[in-house]
Amino acid sequence: MNTQTDSLPESLETRAVTPAAISRTQPFYWSVRREIWENRSIYLAPLAVAGLFLLGFLINLITLHHRLGISIRDATLHRDVEVNAYQLAGALIMGTAIIVGFFYSLDALYGERRDRTILFWKSLPVSDLTTVLAKITVPLVILPIVCFLVAVATQFIVLLLSSIVLLGSGGGVATLWSHASFFHFSLVMLYHIFTVHGLWYAPIYGWLILISAWAPRAPFLWAVLPPFVISGLEKITFNTTHFLALIQYRFAGPQGPGPMQAGGDADFTAHLIPHGFFTTPGLWTGLLVGAAFLYAAVRIRRCRGPI
Amino acid sequence: MPVIEARGLRKTFGSTVALDGIDLRVDEGRILGMIGPNGAGKTTALNAILGLTPYQGELKVLGRDPWDERDALMRDVCFIADVAILPRWMRVSQALDYVAGVHPRFDRAKAEGFLAKTTIRHVSKIRELSKGMVVQLHLALVMAIDARLLVLDEPTLGLDILYRKQFYDSLLNDYFDRSRTIVVTTHQVEEVQHVLTDLMFIDRGRIVLSCTMEEFEARYAEVSVRPEQIEAARQLKPIYERQGLGRSILVFDRVDRQRLAAFGEVRTPSIADLFVAVIGNQYQAQGVGR
Repeated sequence: MNTQTDSLPESLETRAVTPAAISRTQPFYWSVRREIWENRSIYLAPLAVAGLFLLGFLINLITLHHRLGISIRDATLHRDVEVNAYQLAGALIMGTAIIVGFFYSLDALYGERRDRTILFWKSLPVSDLTTVLAKITVPLVILPIVCFLVAVATQFIVLLLSSIVLLGSGGGVATLWSHASFFHFSLVMLYHIFTVHGLWYAPIYGWLILISAWAPRAPFLWAVLPPFVISGLEKITFNTTHFLALIQYRFAGPQGPGPMQAGGDADFTAHLIPHGFFTTPGLWTGLLVGAAFLYAAVRIRRCRGPI
Repeated sequence: MPVIEARGLRKTFGSTVALDGIDLRVDEGRILGMIGPNGAGKTTALNAILGLTPYQGELKVLGRDPWDERDALMRDVCFIADVAILPRWMRVSQALDYVAGVHPRFDRAKAEGFLAKTTIRHVSKIRELSKGMVVQLHLALVMAIDARLLVLDEPTLGLDILYRKQFYDSLLNDYFDRSRTIVVTTHQVEEVQHVLTDLMFIDRGRIVLSCTMEEFEARYAEVSVRPEQIEAARQLKPIYERQGLGRSILVFDRVDRQRLAAFGEVRTPSIADLFVAVIGNQYQAQGVGR
C-alpha cells in the first residue's frame, strides 16, 4: 500500500497520458498504410483497367452474334470467348501492376527527397530499414494481392455477364459453368503472381528502389541507362551479350513467359507447379542480389536529405 | 546529464568547413537560440545533433551517439526542420493516425486539443491549408509528442507576424516546462529574445558568443549618445556604433552601467543589434563587408 495522496497531480497526469508501448511491427504497418494513402494508383490503376476491360467485354458479348453470325445460345462458343477473356484480363491487370510497381519503386525514396518530406518522416521514430522494407512491400506483396483480387473479381464478372447473356437468350448455362476454368485460372494466377511478381522480380524492384534512394536527379535515367550502356559496352568490347541475356532472363521469368497460356486440365498441375522453380539458382541469386540492393538503399537513405 | 554535449564537433563538405570544432553544452530545461548568418553552420550543427549527418568529434545527445543510435534517439527527440515539409497529399486525420501509429509518445487527444483551437479541419488535405495552418498543424503534432528535446530549424520562416507570435506563445505556454529542452535557430531574432534562456552566435563554423540571457543582460549595454559627448563615450571602447535620430547608439561589452549612465539612458541591446555588433564587426575587420 502506498499513500499517493500528497503526490503531485501532474505526475499522475503524466503517467495517465503516457500511451501504451508500440510494438515493433506497428511502425511497419503504418508505413505500409501511408504508402497506400500516398500512392492511390496501387489500387486505382488495376481497378480502372478492369473496369475498361469489362466494358469492352460487354460490348463484345452483345455484338458477338452480329459479327460472327452464329447463335448467341452456343455455350461452347461462350466458353472459348471466356477463356480468352480470362487470359486477357489477367494479362492486362498483371501488366498494369508491373507498370505501377515500376514507377512506384522508382519514386519511392526519390519523391520524399524531392518534396522535402523526408525531413518529416525522419523526425519520427521509424528507422530507415522499416521505411525501405515498407516500400519494397508494395511491389512485392501489396500490388500482387491487389492485382490478384481485381483479376479474380474481373474474371468472375466475365463469367456472370456471359451467363446473363446466355440465359437471356434462352441458352443453358450448365455447359458454361461446368467447363469454366474459373477456379483453375485463379489458382494458376495466384501462383504465378506470387512466384514471378513477388520473388522472381524482387531484384528488379530492389534495383529501382536503390536508384530512387541514390539518384541526385532523373532516377528513371539512372535506372534504365546503365544496364543499356553496359550491354552495349560488352558487345563492342568482348562481342558477347551475357549481360543482356541476364537481363532478358530476369524479365522473361524462370521458364519463359508465365503459365498463363494454360488451358486444358491436363497441363494444369504442371503449370501450377512449374518444375524446379524453387530449385532454380536464378531465383536465389536474384533474391540475394535484391536483398543487397535494399541493404544499400537503407545505408544510402541514412545520409540523404532533401534535394 | 546534459541534453546535448559536443566536444570538437567538426564537419566538412569537401574543402568547405561547415563546423570547425565546436564545443557545446545544453542542459535540461533550457531554450537555446542559435543565431548566425546564412551558411554559418547552424543547420549542419542541428543535423549532427539529430543524427541526420555523420560528423567528427564527440557528440552525445541524451547520452546517446546520434549517428549510431538514431533510431532509439528519435523516441525522445523531435524536430521541425523547416516550414512546409508536411506531405501535401496527406489529410489532417491521416497525419494524426500516422503519427499515433508510429510514435510511442504521441498523445492524440492532446494534438486534437491543439487543433481544436485552430480552424484546421480533419478532412482537409495539407495542400489545401495555408502556410500558417501547416505550421500550426506541425506544431500541434510535435507538441503532443512527449519528447525531451525539441529542435526547431527556422520554424517560422515565411510566416506572417501573427502566426510567428502565436507559434512562440504556444510553445512557451502549452509545451515548455523545465523537463524539456528546446534548441531553435531563426533569423527573426527580435521575436525570440524573450523566449530564450540561452544565446549562441555561430559564424563560419565557430561559436562566436555563448551565454545565458542573464549574462547577456548583465554584460551588454546600449546607450544613445549626443554628438557632443561622442568622443568621451568612445573612450570606453564601444564594440559597436550606429547612427539613429541624430544620436549615436553605442553598444558596450562589460562596461559599468553607472559610468554609461552619464551619457544617457542605458538599455540592454536587442539580440539583433548585438548580432550585428559581434558578427558584423568581424566581417568589417576582415574587409569582407556586408
